[in-house]
Amino acid sequence: MKYIDEFQDPELARRLLDDIHAMATRPWALMEVCGGQTHTIIRHGIDQLLPEKVELIHGPGCPVCVTPLEVIDKALEIAARPDVIFCSFGDMLRVPGTDRDLFRVRSEGGDVRVVYSPLDALKTAQQNPDREVVFFGIGFETTAPPNAMTVYQARKLGIRNFSLLVSHVRVPPAIEAIMTSPSCRVQAFLAAGHVCSVMGTAEYPALAERFQVPIVVTGFEPLDILEGIRRTVGQLERGEHTVDNAYPRAVRAEGNPAAQAMLADVFEVTDRSWRGIGTIPASGWRLSERYREYDAEHRFSVENITTREPAACRSGEVLQGLLKPHECEAFGTTCTPRTPLGATMVSSEGACAAYYLYRRLGTTPTPQEASPVA
Amino acid sequence: MCLAVPGKVLDIEERDGTRMATVDFGGVVKEVCLEYVPDLKVGEYAIVHVGFALQRLDEESARQTLALFEELGLLQEEFGDPWEAAAAQGGQQAVPGADGAPAAAVGTTAREARQ
Ligand code: SF4
Repeated sequence: MKYIDEFQDPELARRLLDDIHAMATRPWALMEVCGGQTHTIIRHGIDQLLPEKVELIHGPGCPVCVTPLEVIDKALEIAARPDVIFCSFGDMLRVPGTDRDLFRVRSEGGDVRVVYSPLDALKTAQQNPDREVVFFGIGFETTAPPNAMTVYQARKLGIRNFSLLVSHVRVPPAIEAIMTSPSCRVQAFLAAGHVCSVMGTAEYPALAERFQVPIVVTGFEPLDILEGIRRTVGQLERGEHTVDNAYPRAVRAEGNPAAQAMLADVFEVTDRSWRGIGTIPASGWRLSERYREYDAEHRFSVENITTREPAACRSGEVLQGLLKPHECEAFGTTCTPRTPLGATMVSSEGACAAYYLYRRLGTTPTPQEASPVA
Repeated sequence: MCLAVPGKVLDIEERDGTRMATVDFGGVVKEVCLEYVPDLKVGEYAIVHVGFALQRLDEESARQTLALFEELGLLQEEFGDPWEAAAAQGGQQAVPGADGAPAAAVGTTAREARQ
């Protein structure tokens, strides 16, 4: 088995792989929900080490990729305003809007700043009372609680020049959307570990039952992913469909109740459109009525946005596991990380970027080469 | 962005009514909010995402994960200079921004911090 020496514990990796090879008697299609897991899988060639019968389908779990173009364009418009300091996580800088990105807005004079934490954006608001500070609040259940806490703090401290441009998304409705799609081939899910660190596993038994799919909570390191696959294939072979936790060191069944309580206070569930996929009912959060004054869309009028998706980009199909990135005609030709057509080629968790970085030459890069940002 | 990195709590203080800690991520030290894991103590480990502790972690698995992330260059990715990264990715020069030196805003990179 090639590459296997690169695993942190090659002996354990080999044992897990041997188990999976011994277990798989029929073809199975597993979806890893999280983009971070996709990168680990492609970087380590895990998909190539698996028996041919076991296929991994990449899921929609890259928050940068699924943020709708309309929201990106709103961010670009707000960021270009002279009275605004626009704060964002670094991975949003080169996500293409209709005709530019945040990196370009900054080179044109916009005050765009990268923060490590949403609390840094709040600090910026405290330090610049005469400016409007807007934070780009994207992400899944892992990122939503930090952003919720920041808005809560802003209100508690009476900071009024701070607002959130919100585009948060939730995993369980996405799983439901994937399973009810007529072209769905997914037979089991590797659930995203850190989403479950926050939300626990309470939302999953109903989905596992309704769609008769095993759902195995899985971590992000290569061995975590192999263990998640081993347990999933075991369930499939035995005809089971239960919720199992293969990442107990970071996930408890109840999740993080304090974070859940904050989410329930600051946000309310809403329909959200997912870039390339379309609207999924109840699949996101927006600020609740009590916190409406902290909503950047409410504060700035950004209603009249017309968006234009590049026709060649098939990231919607990639995000739903219907197409592998290299099957897209633009892949590696008109679409590269340098000239991305879709967010999936830009994001550090995007499936197209993973294939471009680790698969193009058919070799495994060294750790230095492997860093998508180096 | 979805990466949650294990870190060790160095010290804890109350700030603006909020429980905050300085946390060491294999050499990079950052401010972290402990409100979601309020009983975390100095010397303990947690997984941290965008400046918030989300779950306690045992020392052994924290160390293993940190070592692996470092080897894979993931710490550099998480804590390095995002402007330089975006510029390199786009084949452009990073523009010095209104916030002065962006590298200072995100602290030293993982590689520098180890030296
Ligand atoms: S390769 Fe580029 S154009 Fe094709 S789906 Fe991916 S991001 Fe879109």
